[in-house]
Amino acid sequence: MPRRTMIEAIRDAMDVSMARDERVIVYGEDVGFFGGVFRVTHGLQAKYGKSRCFDAPINESGIVGSAIGMAAYGLKPCVEIQFADYMYPAYDQLTQEAARLRYRSNGDFTCPIVVRMPTGGGIFGGQTHSQSPEALFTHVSGLKTVVPSNPHDAKGLLIAAIEDPDPVIFLEPKRLYNGPFDGHHDRPVTPWSKHELGEVADGHYTVPLGKAAIRRQGSAVTVLAYGTMVYVAQAAVEETGIDAEIIDLRTLLPLDLDTIVASVKKTGRCVVVHEATLTSGFGAELSALVQENCFYHLEAPVARVTGWDTPYPHAQEWEYFPGPARVGRALIETMGA
Amino acid sequence: MTDAGMLRFHVPEPEVRPGGTPDFSNVPIPNAGSVPRPEIDVDPRTIRDMAFSIIRVLNRDGEAVGPWAGLLTDDELLEGLRHMMTLRSFDARMQMAQRQGKTSFYMQHLGEEAVSCAFRKALAPGDMNFPTYRQAGLLIADGYPMVTMMNQIYSNEADPLKGRQLPIMYSSKEHGFFSISGNLATQYIQAVGWAMASAISNDSKIAAAWIGDGSTAESDFHSALVFASTYKAPVILNVVNNQWAISTFQGIARGGSGTFAARGLGFGIPALRVDGNDYLAVHAVAKWAADRARNNLGPTLIEYVTYRAGAHSSSDDPSAYRPKTESDAWPLGDPVMRLKNHLIQRGVWSDERHAQAEAEILETVIAAQKEAESNGTLHAGGKPSTREMFEGVFAEMPPHLRRQRQQAGV
Repeated sequence: MPRRTMIEAIRDAMDVSMARDERVIVYGEDVGFFGGVFRVTHGLQAKYGKSRCFDAPINESGIVGSAIGMAAYGLKPCVEIQFADYMYPAYDQLTQEAARLRYRSNGDFTCPIVVRMPTGGGIFGGQTHSQSPEALFTHVSGLKTVVPSNPHDAKGLLIAAIEDPDPVIFLEPKRLYNGPFDGHHDRPVTPWSKHELGEVADGHYTVPLGKAAIRRQGSAVTVLAYGTMVYVAQAAVEETGIDAEIIDLRTLLPLDLDTIVASVKKTGRCVVVHEATLTSGFGAELSALVQENCFYHLEAPVARVTGWDTPYPHAQEWEYFPGPARVGRALIETMGA
Repeated sequence: MTDAGMLRFHVPEPEVRPGGTPDFSNVPIPNAGSVPRPEIDVDPRTIRDMAFSIIRVLNRDGEAVGPWAGLLTDDELLEGLRHMMTLRSFDARMQMAQRQGKTSFYMQHLGEEAVSCAFRKALAPGDMNFPTYRQAGLLIADGYPMVTMMNQIYSNEADPLKGRQLPIMYSSKEHGFFSISGNLATQYIQAVGWAMASAISNDSKIAAAWIGDGSTAESDFHSALVFASTYKAPVILNVVNNQWAISTFQGIARGGSGTFAARGLGFGIPALRVDGNDYLAVHAVAKWAADRARNNLGPTLIEYVTYRAGAHSSSDDPSAYRPKTESDAWPLGDPVMRLKNHLIQRGVWSDERHAQAEAEILETVIAAQKEAESNGTLHAGGKPSTREMFEGVFAEMPPHLRRQRQQAGV
C-alpha cells in the first residue's frame, strides 16, 4: 500500500472527492495556484480548474460566509483557514450561521461545508500559529469537530467530512503533517513513510465520524487523547512502563462515548491529554463525562495534562507543550492515587 | 492650516432630536426623470456620479417620467399596489397581535413597502434573496401564504420552523427567500457565495443580498463587496437606507463620507441610488441590476433611499430619539400614496376603489389571521412538540442529543 504524508493524504482526500463529485469546491488563502502554504492543495487547481479550486481574498469571514452561501445553493465547499489561530473573524459565520442553518430553517436550507484549519503547537509558532481552539467548536451545537492524528485517518475522515450533510470543522495538527511527533523535540523526527499509519490506500474510503480508535490496548489506565498528543501519550506509556490503554478520539463531536466508558470501566483510571489550555478546555467535558458515566469504577481522580492557561509562548515552547515527561508524571500519579 | 491644538473627538449627531422640528431641507432630491439610464454593460467608471444622485420615476404630479419609466403595465402596477397595501395591512394586524400578547415580537415595514415588493418583481423563479428581517414584501409579492407567515409569527403547531425561530425570521427556499438570521450582515456575504456557486455551476440564477444602513458598518458588508467584486459574482447588493438603525441615525454608520451607494465605487462595483418610496424606480433599477447579473456583467450595488416610518420593532419607542412627526416631513413621501396617485393619474384607479381595496385586503388578512390563530398563538392553543426542539440540529441525531431528549422526557 502506498505511504503518504498527512499533507499528501489530505490532498488525496480532496482529489478523490473532487473527482467523484463536481459539487466539491476547494478554496482559501493561497490555496489555488500556489497550492497552499502547507502544499495541501498542490496541483488541485491545475487538475480541476479555477472554478473548482481557487485563491480567496484574505478574509476568513468572507471565506466561510461565501461557503455557507454555496452550500445553500447545493455545492459542497471544502475551504481552508490558513491557521486555526485565524478562524476568529469567521467565528460568527461558523457558530451563528453554519451551525444553525439546518435547525433554524427546519431543513429548508442546509450547510454541508468542511472548514479545514491547521492547528496545534510544537513548531515554534508562537501565539498565532499554535493554538488549539477545538473547545470553541465543540461548545457549539450544530458543528462537528474532527482532529485526525495520522495520514490514513486524515484521508478517510476528510472524505467522510466532505460527504457529511452537516458542517464539519477539520483540525489538522500541523506538527503531524510530515511525520508523527511524540514531544521529544531533541530527537530526529521519523517521516510517515516509516510509520504503518502512513499507509494510505488509493481511491475512495472513509473513516466514520464519531468513532474513536484504540491505539494501544491496556488494563491499568485509560488515556484520552487526539492529534499530536496521541504520540506523546504513546511515548509516555513506553517510558513509564504503565500498561495504559490509549484512545485516539479522532472526532470530538459527536464523541464516541461508548468506547471511552468501556475502557475506563475496565481500567478504573483516566488521564486526559490535550495541547489546548486547561480551563474550560475539551478535557473538562471529557473529565465530566467520565465522572458521570464511570463514577463507581473510578479508583483515582480523572487527571488532565494540557497546555497552561496562558497564550502560547515562543521561547518557552517546550515548557508549554505537554510533553511525554508531564504526561508520564500524570500516569504515575494516577496509578499511585 | 491652523495651529494644531488639543485633539477633539467627533461624534456625529442627527440634525433634529425629539422636541425639534423635522428638517430634511439639506437632503438633495433630484427631479424625477433627471438621472440617465445607462446600458447594462456600461463601464462602471463612467457612471460614478449615479452613486450620489437619486433615480426617480414618479414626479410630484404622479406622472412616470424619464428614462427609467415605462417598464410595467397598468395591471402590474395595480398588483404592486395591492402587494404594498397587503404588507401594510399585515404589519398593522401583526403589530396589534403582538400588543395583544399573541406573539412576543414583531417588526413593521411601514414606509418601506415599495423596496421589497417592487424588487421581487424584477427577479425570476429560482433566484435567491438573502433578506434581512425587513423585506417580508419579497414573500408577499411572490405569493407566499400569509397564513404560513402568521403561523411562524405565532410559533404555533403549523409553524414551518417548528417554533425554533423568533417571529418574522421566515425561511422559504421555494420562494427564493433565504432563512433569516438574527446576526446582522452575515447573509450579505452568503448571498455572494450563493451567486458564486451559480456561476461555478454555469447556472442562470442570480442572488440578491439585503442589508440596512446601520449594518453596512459590519465587517461582512466589506467581505461581500470584496468577494462580489473579485469574482464578478451575479449578485445584486441592496442597501436599504431608512435613515435609522434602531436609535442611531445613518450618519453613525456612514463615516461622514459620500453615500452608501458610493461604498461600491472603491470596489469597481457599479452603484446606483434610487428613490426607495417610488415603486416604479425601485423596480426599474432592480431590473437593470438583475439584467447585468444575468448577463455575466457582475454585481451592482443599489442604495434605496427611504425612511423607517414605524418603530424599529415592537420593543422600540422612536419618540425617545427622533421627532414624532419626522416621517411626515420625509421628502420622498409614502410609497403607497405615491403609487396610488400615479394610478389615479393614469385613470386606472380612484379613491373609491382604493378604499374598497383597503377594506378587501383587511378582510383577507383578518381571515388569514383567524386561520393561523386556529393553529395556536404563542401562549395559547397548539404549539410545536418539545421533541422538535432536539430535531434538526444535525441531519441525524447524535447519541448525546438522543440522551438529552430522553432526559427531557420526550
